[in-house]
Amino acid sequence: MSVDPTTLAAIVAMAVVTYATRIAGFLLADRLVLRGRAKAAFDAIPPAVLVAVIAPTALATGWQETLAAAVTILAALRLPLLATVAVGVLAVVALRAAA
Amino acid sequence: MSRPMPDATIATAGEGVRDILPAMIACVPIAALFGALAVGKGLSIAEAGLMSILVFAGGAQFAALELWTYPVPVLALALSTLLINARHVLMGASLVPKVGGFSWLQRIAAAWCLTDEAWALAERRALGRQITPSYWFAVAGLLPLVWIAATFLGAWLGSFLGDPRRLGADFAFTALFIGLIAGLWRGRATGITIVASAAASALVYVVLGPPWHVAAGAAAGITAAACVAPSGRAAS
Repeated sequence: MSVDPTTLAAIVAMAVVTYATRIAGFLLADRLVLRGRAKAAFDAIPPAVLVAVIAPTALATGWQETLAAAVTILAALRLPLLATVAVGVLAVVALRAAA
Repeated sequence: MSRPMPDATIATAGEGVRDILPAMIACVPIAALFGALAVGKGLSIAEAGLMSILVFAGGAQFAALELWTYPVPVLALALSTLLINARHVLMGASLVPKVGGFSWLQRIAAAWCLTDEAWALAERRALGRQITPSYWFAVAGLLPLVWIAATFLGAWLGSFLGDPRRLGADFAFTALFIGLIAGLWRGRATGITIVASAAASALVYVVLGPPWHVAAGAAAGITAAACVAPSGRAAS
């Protein structure tokens, strides 16, 4: 169980940057009063960011992942979260096995 | 009501636990996968665990493993982490109007355990009511504990885990996010946001590679939503 000094420096740097991003929104938002387009842009933050994180896996990895993502979307429209995850994982396993 | 309401606080915390439970279960294989991959990259079990303790941001941690070489590129890792986690700024800002009852100390602590999953669940809850500290710390505070424990487990299991792709564990993250996005659906504007973000993110991922796709997709989705929105003060 060893910790290399440079590795520790990298982890601490990542941690500091990450906490800065986590607290910054709480500090800055108090000055914002949003309406119209700005409000619409703000409301779009949640889906825009989540989609951006997973789009490469869903669209630019392979047809199995893309098809599994489509199956997962159908599941998400009618099933609870954990069942959706289970359907998605089973779909990708089945499709990769079929390939 | 001026009197404290411990029963209501406990009930609210219970709702938070119930809401985060699927994400807690889903994050076990993902964190274990991170631990196993980290050890494969040359990190010790302690180092892999320490990263999950101090950073606990899945996307940034996986991206760090992609960039990880020896000597360790500290600045590149910090930059990649900043880009991927820049979304936290927007997430925290969007939570502020919904956490009016939080003290400053509670906000500092709330920010510390801000994750995609907790935030998405809190946003969904905020469609109907204010977010209380008991709800937030239940929905947000438990996930890092599972993430840390499963990281240590995965790092320890290491090569015994076998190929995680065979088990589909690598897709759990994607499936979880699809479920969270479905919970945020609010009509046509959401659809336009999703299409713009997905297209920009995938394109930038192919052309420039990670981590730029996150910022590009988020910017495209937000811009698209602003463009199709009715302008001015008439908007509700």
